[in-house]
Amino acid sequence: MHLDDLAELAARHRAEETHEQEIRVCVAASCQSSGSLPVLEALKEACATQGNGRCKVKGVGCMGLCSAGPLVAVAERDAELNSSLLYRNVTPVDAPEILASLQGPPVERLRCPTDQPFFQQQVRIVLERSGLIDPESLPEAIVHGGYSALIQTITEMTPAEVIREVTASGLRGRGGAGYPTGLKWSTVAKMPSAQKYVICNADEGDPGAFMDRAVLESDPHRVLEGMAIAAYAIGASKGYIYVRAEYPLAVARLETAIRAARRAGFLGARVADTPFAFDIDLRLGAGAFVCGEETALMASIEGLRGQPRPRPPYPAESGLWGCPTLINNVETFANIAPIIRKGGAWFAQIGTEGSKGTKVFALAGRIKNTGLIEVPMGITLRAIIEEISGGIPDGKRFKAVQTGGPSGGCIPEQYLDTPVDYDSLKTLGTIMGSGGMIVIDETASMVDVARFFMEFCMSESCGKCIPCRTGTWQMHALLEKIARGAGTDEDLALLEELCEVVRAMSLCGLGQTAPNPVLSTLRYFRHEYEAKLRA
Amino acid sequence: MPLTAAQPNVRVVTLKIDNRDLSAREDETLLEVCREHQIPVPSLCYLEGLSLWAGCRLCMVELVGQNRLVAACSTRVAEGMVIQTDSPRLQRYRRTLVELLFAERNHVCSVCVSNGHCELQTLAQRLGVDHVRFSYRQVHYHLDSSHELFRLDHNRCILCTRCVRVCDEIEGAHAWDVMGRGGQCQIISDLATPWGESETCTSCGKCVQVCPTGALVKQGTSAGEMVKDQHFLPILARRRHAR
Ligand SMILES: Cc1cc2nc3c(=O)[nH]c(=O)nc-3n(C[C@H](O)[C@H](O)[C@H](O)COP(=O)(O)O)c2cc1C
Ligand code: SF4
Ligand code: SF4
Ligand code: SF4
Ligand code: FES
Ligand code: FES
Repeated sequence: MHLDDLAELAARHRAEETHEQEIRVCVAASCQSSGSLPVLEALKEACATQGNGRCKVKGVGCMGLCSAGPLVAVAERDAELNSSLLYRNVTPVDAPEILASLQGPPVERLRCPTDQPFFQQQVRIVLERSGLIDPESLPEAIVHGGYSALIQTITEMTPAEVIREVTASGLRGRGGAGYPTGLKWSTVAKMPSAQKYVICNADEGDPGAFMDRAVLESDPHRVLEGMAIAAYAIGASKGYIYVRAEYPLAVARLETAIRAARRAGFLGARVADTPFAFDIDLRLGAGAFVCGEETALMASIEGLRGQPRPRPPYPAESGLWGCPTLINNVETFANIAPIIRKGGAWFAQIGTEGSKGTKVFALAGRIKNTGLIEVPMGITLRAIIEEISGGIPDGKRFKAVQTGGPSGGCIPEQYLDTPVDYDSLKTLGTIMGSGGMIVIDETASMVDVARFFMEFCMSESCGKCIPCRTGTWQMHALLEKIARGAGTDEDLALLEELCEVVRAMSLCGLGQTAPNPVLSTLRYFRHEYEAKLRA
Repeated sequence: MPLTAAQPNVRVVTLKIDNRDLSAREDETLLEVCREHQIPVPSLCYLEGLSLWAGCRLCMVELVGQNRLVAACSTRVAEGMVIQTDSPRLQRYRRTLVELLFAERNHVCSVCVSNGHCELQTLAQRLGVDHVRFSYRQVHYHLDSSHELFRLDHNRCILCTRCVRVCDEIEGAHAWDVMGRGGQCQIISDLATPWGESETCTSCGKCVQVCPTGALVKQGTSAGEMVKDQHFLPILARRRHAR
């Protein structure tokens, strides 16, 4: 198959569908939980009776403003989200009115303006098709560019050229540590081995994070395409997606997508009629945070207890069943197709010197607009919190923003003008992490915030190593004591000492970073701890 | 294979440990080199002849110049490495780890059958742990006396998994495993059935001998009586590999 064939496929699908207008109903998890499926049904029914045959009702992926769901967009066919008419908090009874509005004026009481900063300040690369296409339809993905990058790589590029493009893009891993993706790919590519593997890490265990889930639910094909391109580049023939079983919708859509991609020849023994062979299997994780750690994840795929082992050897050298293995995050893979389509240089223009491209964040906490956003790296925290997220409700004051989940930390008000990139956040004592962002207002106690994350680490510790297993327990006990107002100066000193020991002595990233929320709240809000100490 | 044949492709590196210039084969670990030269690096989970676990973290040493700590048992030597095994910082960290262990379960040595023959106790004495600054977790663990020859006391277990590994890798029975996570971790026999009802245990006693504490002991021993013998392990392991 060549790019022309793909274009023909897309043209044929377009010709089959004659509608001019679309009513798009978000059927991603968050909107489903606020009742978008009955809305979809009601709209389909109304369309059948009231429609003029030129309109189509379809389910689409996340549009971002999940807190206003169920969201419904009325748009010209193929039109972007920003140039569509958006309705919020839609219920089934609104269906006839929405359909009537196709010819008449919009339903004002349901309007959700798309000219607000929440929509206007985003740059969508990973989410380019999210909210636009039906995630369960392969033809829709193809019409919007799906698999063209894969065909391009395997018919026109050498593996070395693919890696060069990814390296030139400056893309860094979106799973937390920000390791350069091109470098990782070239390391695995250089390993001499007949058998290699590609793994997509879709475990996403950080509390408050749902970026990867949204991508998988909204546009699964771009992840498959990214993995196939990676496999071609490094010389792998087999891939696994490790996804947590708590994401049933993502799992179902992935299964549908894999089946469709196989049938269409984008996966399998001869991908797109070339000698390149690659297939993907799903592995369901039972939902342990530590199984997101790469060596634990691989043990879990192998059917063993999901526990980390010391690195080196790194997976690139010795991974699944001892073979060289490439492991990347969902969002990392989701960036690959656009990089190939538009070139690494194009991608490298977006973002900052050390952090290229965009980042998807899950906004949560005390803000007006919670949901999913994709913004260029280098945007300030202030722009995200005050403009995009609409600021703090109820006239309360901003206190801190927590990034990086249990491995990250808090940033206080005086640093709000810091650009969001890997290195700046690190200087502030936190990390980009996978993209959870929790906004905290003045009513919260920072000791409680630290205690919350420590409780998470304590119960998610795998128990293999002493510092993490028992250190997090003791730290949690000390934080609880201090929060209760029963702590002493010695308790605080002991807490600080444990931070040092657990960080330095733990076996894997979970334990090594578990003290971070304590250290960062101590750094900026030490007075809150001291105020709670018993005199 | 003739005894004189040199291993192909294995080179020798030189490194500095505690200011001593040493040489080592590049496939050796730091702990192996330290043991060979009688440099005392504490360890609880490592046991020659068993696979690597790297869970106790007591063998962490300083990689001088990088200010980084690495586990001696799971780190290969490398040319030019400079290692410090006993800095004040390491001593402090190790003491803290042992204190954490003592606070995690019940280690009242005076009434323990392994008193005087316990690796945890010896280590605590050597590191100068004379009190515990942490609050005791106070979880009551049960005692499994269902086996006619041996006894398991979870209160004394430090989860080093030596028993799990010896039973799986040397005896070939795999009667033991770990259940749960974090503070809920526990050693179990078969599918969490009493040891005495285990269908896989051959009653060989290897797990009892390698257990560093009084967690696995012989029935009928009283305080201070349980002496362990681990010298069989490296010999058995070497014979296995030679086959
Ligand atoms: C405790 C722990 C949990 C992790 N959880 C995840 C996760 O849920 N998803 C993920 O992509 N990476 C996770 N990581 C990071 C992965 O180990 C790994 O670095 C990443 O998947 C590499 O992909 P990337 O280079 O594309 O970022 C976790 C790491 C640790 C230490
Ligand atoms: S640091 Fe925690 S999660 Fe990681 S190996 Fe140790 S006990 Fe397990
Ligand atoms: S006695 Fe032998 S077989 Fe039984 S559990 Fe111990 S090591 Fe395994
Ligand atoms: S029973 Fe003994 S050998 Fe087994 S894990 Fe516990 S302390 Fe280690
Ligand atoms: S889930 Fe519907 S907008 Fe995010
Ligand atoms: S001996 Fe190295 S971690 Fe236990």
